[in-house]
Parts: sequence; C-alpha cells; structure tokens
Amino acid sequence: MHGVPISWYLALSVVLFGLGVAGFVYRKSVITVFMSIELMLNAVNLSFIAFSYQLQRIDGHIYTFFVMVVAAAEAAVGLAIILTIFKNRGTLQIDEVDSLKN
Amino acid sequence: MNLWLIPIFPLLGFLLNGLIGKRLAKPVISIIAVGSVAASFAFVLFTLSQLMPFSAAYTEHYYTWFQSGFLNVGVDFTVDRLTAIMLLVVTGVGLLIHTYALGYMDHEGGFYRFFSYLNLFMFFMLVLVLSSNLLVLFVGWEGVGLCSYLLVGFYFTEKFASDAANKAFIVNRIGDFGFMLGMLLLVIHFHTLDFGKLALAAAHAPVESAIGALTAITLLLFVGATGKSAQIPLYVWLPDAMAGPTPVSALIHAATMVTAGVYMIARMAFLYDHTPIAMHVVAVIGLLTAVFAATIGITQYDIKKVFAYSTVSQLGYMFLGVGLGAYSAGVFHLMTHAFFKALLFLGAGSVIHGLEGEQDLRHMGGLRKYMPITCYTLAAASLAISGFPFTSGFFSKDAILSAAFEKEPWMFWVGAITAGVTAFYVFRAFFMAFFGRYRGHHHPHESPLVMTGPLMVLAVLSLGGGFLSVPKWLAPTFPLSESENMTPMIISVIFGLCGIALAWLMYVNKPSLAESAKTAAGPLYTLVYNKYYIDEIYSAIIVKPLELFSKFVLWKGVDDTVIDKGAVNGLGHLVRGWGNLFRLFQSGSIRNYATWVLAGSLLIIFVLGLVGGAQ
Repeated sequence: MHGVPISWYLALSVVLFGLGVAGFVYRKSVITVFMSIELMLNAVNLSFIAFSYQLQRIDGHIYTFFVMVVAAAEAAVGLAIILTIFKNRGTLQIDEVDSLKN
Repeated sequence: MNLWLIPIFPLLGFLLNGLIGKRLAKPVISIIAVGSVAASFAFVLFTLSQLMPFSAAYTEHYYTWFQSGFLNVGVDFTVDRLTAIMLLVVTGVGLLIHTYALGYMDHEGGFYRFFSYLNLFMFFMLVLVLSSNLLVLFVGWEGVGLCSYLLVGFYFTEKFASDAANKAFIVNRIGDFGFMLGMLLLVIHFHTLDFGKLALAAAHAPVESAIGALTAITLLLFVGATGKSAQIPLYVWLPDAMAGPTPVSALIHAATMVTAGVYMIARMAFLYDHTPIAMHVVAVIGLLTAVFAATIGITQYDIKKVFAYSTVSQLGYMFLGVGLGAYSAGVFHLMTHAFFKALLFLGAGSVIHGLEGEQDLRHMGGLRKYMPITCYTLAAASLAISGFPFTSGFFSKDAILSAAFEKEPWMFWVGAITAGVTAFYVFRAFFMAFFGRYRGHHHPHESPLVMTGPLMVLAVLSLGGGFLSVPKWLAPTFPLSESENMTPMIISVIFGLCGIALAWLMYVNKPSLAESAKTAAGPLYTLVYNKYYIDEIYSAIIVKPLELFSKFVLWKGVDDTVIDKGAVNGLGHLVRGWGNLFRLFQSGSIRNYATWVLAGSLLIIFVLGLVGGAQ
C-alpha cells in the first residue's frame, strides 16, 4: 500500500482524542466541554475510517455515519440544554452546575 | 350409619351464627343454636337405638388423615358403651344448657357470638368423645380448650375475664405438652394411636411393677388430664374460669369439658390396668384434689367460686374412682356430676340473673320466697352432691367409695370425710342464699320458664339419675365388682348428713356460730380463705422468675441486644457505613465524574493489555 501509513492516521487520532479528553476534563466552559466531546467523536471517526481503508471493508464507514448522525442529534440536544442552563442559571461555568450533589 | 352427622349439626350452627349471626334476628339465632344441638341429641338417640344392644364397638372410617411410615392416622368415629354415655351426657345436658342460655343471655351483648362459640364447643366435644384414636381425640381436646378460652373471655372488655381466659389457656398448654409427649411415646412403642389396636397390643404387655415405658406413657397422659380436668397441680385455672357467663361454667367447666380427662383415662383403661404405679398416682392426686378443693369451698363467698371448687373436688373423686380401677364408678360419677353440677351452676346463674349480677353470698339470703323454683331445684342438686340416699350422687359416690374401701381403706376414710365437707359447703351456700333474711339491695325475681324449665329437668335427673346404673351398663367393658358390703355406704351417708346438719346449725339455726367458728379457726381460716396462697406461690416460684427471665434475658438480652442492636440495627449501620464511603464519589461535579470515567477506561485498557500481553 502506498501513501501515508496507517500508524500516522492512528497517531493523529490519538492526539485528537487526547486533546478532547483534556478539554473535557480541564476546561470550565460548558461550550468548550461540548466541543471537546465533538473532538473525541471525530478522533474515533478518523481511526474507524483509517482501519476501514486498511482492511478494505465497509463496516468502518457505516459506523462513522452512525457516529455522525448521533453527533448531529447530540449537538442539537446538547445546545438546547446549554441554552436552558444559561437561561436558568445565568452561567456556563461547569463547576457551578452541581445540584446533583446532596 | 353416618356418625359424622352427630357433630356436624353444631358445626353448621357455629358457621351460620358465626358468619352471618350479626345480621340475624335473635329468634333466628336462638333456633339455629338450640336447634342444632337438639338435632344432634335426636340423632344420638336414633343412633344409639339402632346400635342396641352394643355387643361390639361400632366404628366408621371416613378418610386417612395421614400416613407416615408405620403411623397411620384415620379420621374414624367409634361408638361403644362408654361413648354412648358421653354422647348422651354431652348432647342432653348440652341441649338443656343451651335452652337455659337463651334466657340467661337475653339481655347480654354478643348474643350470636356466644351461641356460635357454644355450638363450636359442642362440635369439638363430640369429636373428642366419638374419636377412635388418640390424635383425633386430641383435636377435640384442643378444640374444647379453645372454646373454653373464647367463652371464659366472653366479657373481654373486663380485664379479669381476659386474664382468666389466658390463665385457662396457658395452664392447659402445660398439661397438653405432657399429653403430646405421652402420645409420641405411644407411637414409638405401639406404632399406632388407634384405641382398638392399642388395646390389642397392650393386652400382651406385662404388668409393669417398676417404672417403665407404659408407666411413663400413662403418667404423661395423666398430666394432660390434670390440666384439662383441673387436678393438682394444674387446677388453678378452673376457679378463675368462672369469669365466663354462667351457662358456660355449667356446660364447659362443670358438666362436659373438664370431665374429658376422666373419659380419656377410662378410654385408655387397658393401658392403665398394666401400670399400678400410674394408677396409684392418679388415685392419690384425685383424692388430694378432692380434699384440698373441698376445704377451700368452705370459705368462699362468691357462689360460683364455691361451685367451682366443688367441681375441682368432684373431679378429684372421679380420678380417685378411675385410679382405683373402678372405671365404671368414675364414669358413673361423671354422669351424675354432669346432672347435679350443671344444675348447681344453672341455679346459681338463675340467682345471679334474678339479682342483676350479684354473686356474693353475703348479699343474698331469704331468696326462697322470691325464687321458689330455683330454690327447690337447687335443693335437689345440693342433696345429690351431698350423697343423700337414693339421689344420683349417692349411687355414684358410693360406687367410688366402695371401691376405695376394698382396695385402700385410708383413701376411703379421707374420701368419706371429704363427702361430709362437700355436703357442708354446698349446703352452706344453699342456706346462705335461700334462708334467713334478704341482705341485698336488688329486687329479686324468679327467672323465666326458659331458664327454670331446664332446671326442673336437671332436678329430676339429679334425683333419679342414679337409677340409670352406669356400672351395670358398662359391665361388658369394665367388669362389675360384686360388693355387698353396706358399711362404706352407711359411713359416707352419715358423714354427708352430718355435713348438712352442721351447715343448718351454723347458717340457719344459729348464724352467730359461723362467725365464732371463723374467729376460732383464726390463721387457718385466713389460709384457706386465701386458697392456701397457691396462686401466690405459683406466681412467686414460676411466674415471676419466668417474667424476670423473659425481661432480662430474653427481652433485654436476646431481643434488645442481639436482635435489635445486633442484627437489625447492625445491618443498617453496615449499609450506611458503606454508603458514606461511596457518597464521596458523588461530588456533583461533571469534571469529577469524567475523570473517574477516564480513569476507569484507562484501567480497563491497562488490564486488557496485561491479559493480552500474557497470552
């Protein structure tokens, strides 16, 4: 097989996923956290596609489409939730939304 | 022949009155209650006439209750000569008392409840009498105990009545424990509980001169009898059981249920005949109870208490009879006692009814003018229990005392003196109630015919019942001892007449004598008046230690410490402790959760990597 070897794609995927995780865990803004989730999803998508190409099978593509559909739906719902939180609490700082405790 | 029809009528009466009695009118309840017993009585008469001349026992098998290994227990009913007497007494006297109760309970609440219990009692008593094995007999035995409990506690809003009911039930548990142990030993030794098979098996057994298995069995069964038939040491419940309505005292605690122990021993005579030691114990306990209870009877002022101790005493006579091997004499006395003691109680009930609940003899007196029928019928009963010549009690008591005279002369003398004491206390109560001047505050009136009718029938039976010679009737089962010796009869009659004369002297002729006798006796009188402090002694040596043990060991120790603090609360604390630990994870911060998810994922990957690496 010519061109870019699969390990590069996977390395990029790992880097993107790690950035997503770091953003999810360490950023305080809900919007950034949300974007980090999208980043993780797309990192996974990238590795799916890479494997799909490597193994010459269609399964990876199908999973990727599923993930994209879910991500789109999630974006809609998630943004709606974020809007509602902002409306009710006047903040988007994730640490201030902790009413599940107690 | 359908013997099952005999007990089924009262059972139906119980179900009808018990389930829908609340909505029925009083006359309907009365018809159901009395009609069912009357139907039973009629069917008993019919059955017995069909079974004459009773050459052999007639048995009906209905179904096998259970079969387990060698033990086969069937629901079988048997009628033989002994059963015939019991059937007639139970249904006949039962019918009279039911009729009487219609009048007595007329103004009481819970009319339907009373009669449904009373019918249930009849059912269980008939099962007890008809059963042809010991286990079904025990079903009836426990059933009558239950009804006794329910009826003693009939006025359950009164503390003393529910206490008395509990006492009756608990004391009977002690006796029944012995009874059950006896049955278990019987099963071990004979592999059956059926009277017929037991009799065959026992016939081959040798007579036990030392204490052995048969002695143990018979003594244990006798423990059951001391509970049910109120003998020393378990008699204490019967005097208290007078808290129930008077017809109950007459039916259950005088005429029928309390005689079940005597019946049981007569039924198991084939076994008792092989155990002279147990027989001796039965006779001695019976005699002691007879004397003991009779002396207490002298000092009581509650008319029902007098008759209650009298019942205990007379039951002692019956046990003396069966203990001496004179089974037919014991059963004879059982029958005549059912007549005159039922009459004594019903008469007392009539007095109580006429005086609106007054039971204290000191507040009676001179009632002869106000309630003549009650007076004369009670006189008949008093004569009968005193063994006045040619009344029923004369014949049966004579049968027992003659047997004692032949076998154990000292028992005869004690028994004869007791007969004198019996005559004294019964006539003391009679004279205090009906002679002299009226000392009460109510307006005495004679009871209605529905109550005096049964009194008159029972008076006839008390006077003439002795001519129904039970020993002759039972001769095929229990051979007659041909004694022509008139001495014991004459002696006991003299004692009886002396008792009556003394009572006349002290309570009619010179009432001041009674008071001076009381002061002369001094501490002895106090001792007897307080029933020898037996209740207090039992309370001190059994009840109180048991209560203390329950309180400090079972309640504070086992229940509070082990169960409550240890098991229940301990489990709670354990769960709460773990919960507190896990609560630390629930910070409410999403980033915190995400960190845990990340850590978990990494851990899983790490572990999978390790496992994969090992392969």
